[in-house]
Amino acid sequence: MYSQALNTKDTAAADSSPQADRFQARIDAEERIEPNDWMPDAYRRTLIRQISQHAHSEIVGMLPEGNWITRAPSLRRKAALLAKVQDEGGHGLYLYSAAETLGVSREELTDQLLSGRAKYSSIFNYPTLSWADIGTIGWLVDGAAIMNQIPLCRCSFGPYARAMIRVCREESFHQRQGYEIMLTLCRGTAEQKAMAQDALNRWWWPCLMMFGPPDTESAHSDTSMRWKIKRFTNDALRQKFVDATVPQGHFLGLTFPDPDLRFDEAAGHWRFGTIDWDEFRRVLAGNGPCNRERLSARQKAHADGAWVREAALAHAAKHRKAA
Amino acid sequence: MATTSITIDETPRVRSFLALADDALILGHRTSEWTGHAPTLEEELALANIALDLIGQARALYQATGYAEDELAYLRDPPQFRNALLAELPNGDFAFTIARLFLVSVASDLLWRGAMGSDDPDLAAIAAKAEKETAYHVRHTAEWLIRLGDGTGESHRRAQDAIETLWAYTGEVTAGIDRAAWLRVVSPILVRATLTQPADGWMQSGGRDGRHTEHLGHLLAEMQILPRSYPGAVW
Ligand SMILES: [Fe+2]
Ligand SMILES: [Fe+2]
Ligand SMILES: [Fe+2]
Repeated sequence: MYSQALNTKDTAAADSSPQADRFQARIDAEERIEPNDWMPDAYRRTLIRQISQHAHSEIVGMLPEGNWITRAPSLRRKAALLAKVQDEGGHGLYLYSAAETLGVSREELTDQLLSGRAKYSSIFNYPTLSWADIGTIGWLVDGAAIMNQIPLCRCSFGPYARAMIRVCREESFHQRQGYEIMLTLCRGTAEQKAMAQDALNRWWWPCLMMFGPPDTESAHSDTSMRWKIKRFTNDALRQKFVDATVPQGHFLGLTFPDPDLRFDEAAGHWRFGTIDWDEFRRVLAGNGPCNRERLSARQKAHADGAWVREAALAHAAKHRKAA
Repeated sequence: MATTSITIDETPRVRSFLALADDALILGHRTSEWTGHAPTLEEELALANIALDLIGQARALYQATGYAEDELAYLRDPPQFRNALLAELPNGDFAFTIARLFLVSVASDLLWRGAMGSDDPDLAAIAAKAEKETAYHVRHTAEWLIRLGDGTGESHRRAQDAIETLWAYTGEVTAGIDRAAWLRVVSPILVRATLTQPADGWMQSGGRDGRHTEHLGHLLAEMQILPRSYPGAVW
């Protein structure tokens, strides 16, 4: 669903070879870098990390929403949710393919996820407790994903940029669909509206964390900016999201769980309270409400599927021999 | 939906539509349970596709009965469901899931082909679309069944177990079609999969009359929880 600015520092020293200068000149000229072009190792590593984290997020993100497919309250909602979760799987596949153009295999990346070495978006370590969570995830989580990913459509690395164009189109459909679920709940019974409010209360702050640590703590995004992998800072994207989302929430008749939220007339921005960065770091470190469950669900699917994948390989091998 | 239950005037037409629709809904629901847990990412997407097709078929058929689709899906009790027992059995392992989808899809495909020429314009239109979808389900599941049957020792054993467990439930699925025609499609695939075809013996039945396995009640309890808990709410 989304790429989180996790900003792990790449410690590679700045490269000042003629090749590196030519590379930077191409970037500055807004040229697209393609898989067979020369690129600094650190650029390659940064992209592999970012694209694979994004892919893992799409895959793990199928779990919290998948939790409601069998309980969707109407057949129309059931089909829409199933299609949405399927889209996220498609995004994962698409992104793994983009990462593979950089010389890693999907197996390696999957292994990193299953062994707990790779990160994925912290948002998917929160539970989906009611049907309103499905509306809220579409509205806010896909909404935040779009904010993060629209600039990635102009990312300097061609395969990633192209993947993002298609993915963003689908994420914005998901966002509208999620908002429409919220609208239906908020126009429904008192119980439904309470469900919607409770979901917003639980998801609001974790969604703001999706944009990553504050700019004061993430000096490492400088390199990503210079390489035009990243075009806006975490705080700039977060502010953009809040400005777009708060009026949507008010239109639903909902309140935000932030007593400090107020409109700054002079600046034209919604000002929000302090984000609990301890919670963010704790969830990223593995201690969110669902980290263990999410990872073990992926591990179980992989382990349970081992005999199936082996059978497919064995069959293909026999077939090759026979042919 | 202001009520928590509905009564249906089951004319022969409504009853035959419900049998088809309930097969599709219940099997689609079961298939959707794989989401997030499939053996490969590609198969994740394929199973979701099949589930979506089946749920779409169920919706079109429910709508053609003149009753509201959600009332039919969410406000009937197990004895009012007309699906074949095969559709409601738990997914089991991937071999069981694939073998079941294969055996049912072959029957559905024959049925849709026949129904394309129906005098009932609703049924003819639904069948024309469903047949294309079902032909893909047959292809996809047949390919997997061959891979599993003719794969490793373990996958062969699992596929053979699945076929043997499922066989006794196929009588109900082929009741409305020519079983010999069904076998003409199924048998050659089993041969290619190096699987042994079970002999036709005792066949389980009852689903069409609302006498189900223990599993349907659990499936419906989960599926229907929101409309049942909040009568009259619109979602
Ligand atoms: Fe996505
Ligand atoms: Fe995404
Ligand atoms: Fe999405």
